[in-house]
Amino acid sequence: MLIKKPSDIKPSEITPESVYRNRRQFIGDGSKFLLGAAAASAMPSLANAQTGDSLKARAPVTMQRTPPAAWWADKFADIKPAPDSEPFYTGEALTPYEDVTQYNNFYEFGMNKGDPSSNSGSYKADPWSVEITGEVAKPGTYNLEDILKPHDLEERIYRLRCVEAWSMVIPWVGFPLADLIKRFEPTSKAKFVEFETLVDAETMPGIRSRFSIVDWPYREGLRMDEAMNPLTLMAVGVYGDYLPPQNGAPLRLIVPWKYGFKSIKAIVKINFRETMPNTTWVDLQSQEYGFYANVNPDVHHPRWRQDTERRLPQTLFSRSRIATRPFNGYGEQVASMYEGMDLSRYY
Amino acid sequence: MRKLIKPLVFVLALVPFAILLLRIFQNNLGPDPVQELSLETGEWTLRFLIIALAMTPLRRITAQVEFTRHRRMLGLFALFYATLHLAVWLVFLLEFRWVAMAEEIFERPYITVGFSAYLILLALGLTSPRVMVRKLGKNWKRLHKLVYVAAVLGVVHLLWILRLDIGPAVFYGALVALLLGYRAWFSLKSRRV
Repeated sequence: MLIKKPSDIKPSEITPESVYRNRRQFIGDGSKFLLGAAAASAMPSLANAQTGDSLKARAPVTMQRTPPAAWWADKFADIKPAPDSEPFYTGEALTPYEDVTQYNNFYEFGMNKGDPSSNSGSYKADPWSVEITGEVAKPGTYNLEDILKPHDLEERIYRLRCVEAWSMVIPWVGFPLADLIKRFEPTSKAKFVEFETLVDAETMPGIRSRFSIVDWPYREGLRMDEAMNPLTLMAVGVYGDYLPPQNGAPLRLIVPWKYGFKSIKAIVKINFRETMPNTTWVDLQSQEYGFYANVNPDVHHPRWRQDTERRLPQTLFSRSRIATRPFNGYGEQVASMYEGMDLSRYY
Repeated sequence: MRKLIKPLVFVLALVPFAILLLRIFQNNLGPDPVQELSLETGEWTLRFLIIALAMTPLRRITAQVEFTRHRRMLGLFALFYATLHLAVWLVFLLEFRWVAMAEEIFERPYITVGFSAYLILLALGLTSPRVMVRKLGKNWKRLHKLVYVAAVLGVVHLLWILRLDIGPAVFYGALVALLLGYRAWFSLKSRRV
């Protein structure tokens, strides 16, 4: 796959918003022709896809969540199922919904893996707005509904590799970050994207901890080409259902070829900038965590090895320790972005 | 009545172990059971170490000899949980890759520190029978003062595992500091007298 560096993309090449907003008409025109040509037998599967019944994975009925607001239900009624082939899909066994939603690192809710699910009862994912700032033609504060409106949701099944050497396979629901970014019309100076998580001491007990060494808000960032990569997802759901607070409701990033901490949760701010942003983990421990944080079995974390991972869930007597792959197995899609870079230096 | 206290303490000290066993058999350790076991056994090591260290001050403060009667057993329980902690690491995390074990001990400071603390506890455990106390004479007391070194190393080991919130290390660190402070204060006081 040819992926251009941000410096190679002329501002004129980025799709103007007017064209973008009318893309449905454009796609519609094309699909009318395609549908006319297609055999009638193709119709049921298409209809099926539109009702969302053919999603690869659904949350258990008893655990399904109520929508954060009424409009969410409409949005989720129409999710495009994951394809049958890599990279937006993997056939590896899914990590069960219970584990995906009860084994989390979300330090704003506490330090233990079970804290985010048990301490987030008073958290509110609605109403929500996201502030867009920096090197864009259309900065401003946008309601979440307006942010999601033009985007069709799709299911994607990705591997998630935590820097702590465990991993999961998770069916997300979201849309490409690239589509969102184009709407704000980044200027030629936009070389990096910076994200911030909500800080609300009232509903996030971890923020109140006196012994936390974090300077909230949690911040993460991507290089522009990483942000525009087709793999990079803005997620709003998991297992065909609305994101629970502990998984980053209502809006989070998913960057499957990087360690999990890059996939920032509960995003309230997206800032476009010319210089590399400081991120929370780099500020805390720059010898241990780098800006890139690409999954790399050859570069060990100073405190533990990274060449293997514990695929969760495990039981004590059936432990699946598997080899960690470069870029978490997404090298074909992303390795070209780092050509010529010394990845042991830029970890 | 007094005779019953010792078996009671013994059984109570085994409760955390029994709970862990139960959780293993119920498969109730969460999606990452190895991590859970290693956290639990590690924390119980530190707790027993601190409880054992608190016995002498408690005896002095309350003038109840009863406390020191259980000091050795509680110390041995710290060694017991530390051994489980080490075993979980070796059996489930390293899966008996001895070379990797050696690498980890020498390359990862938090493991170097934790392993050193274990060696100290092991030495203290091996020299805990009365025969050894008699054999070592004066040196026994000197050797067993190392328990404070083990406790400090244990707290450092914990501190280096934590990543964003150092609350637990501050908590156990404060307890160890308190016990060490009391000890220093007491020996200073008795030297003057």
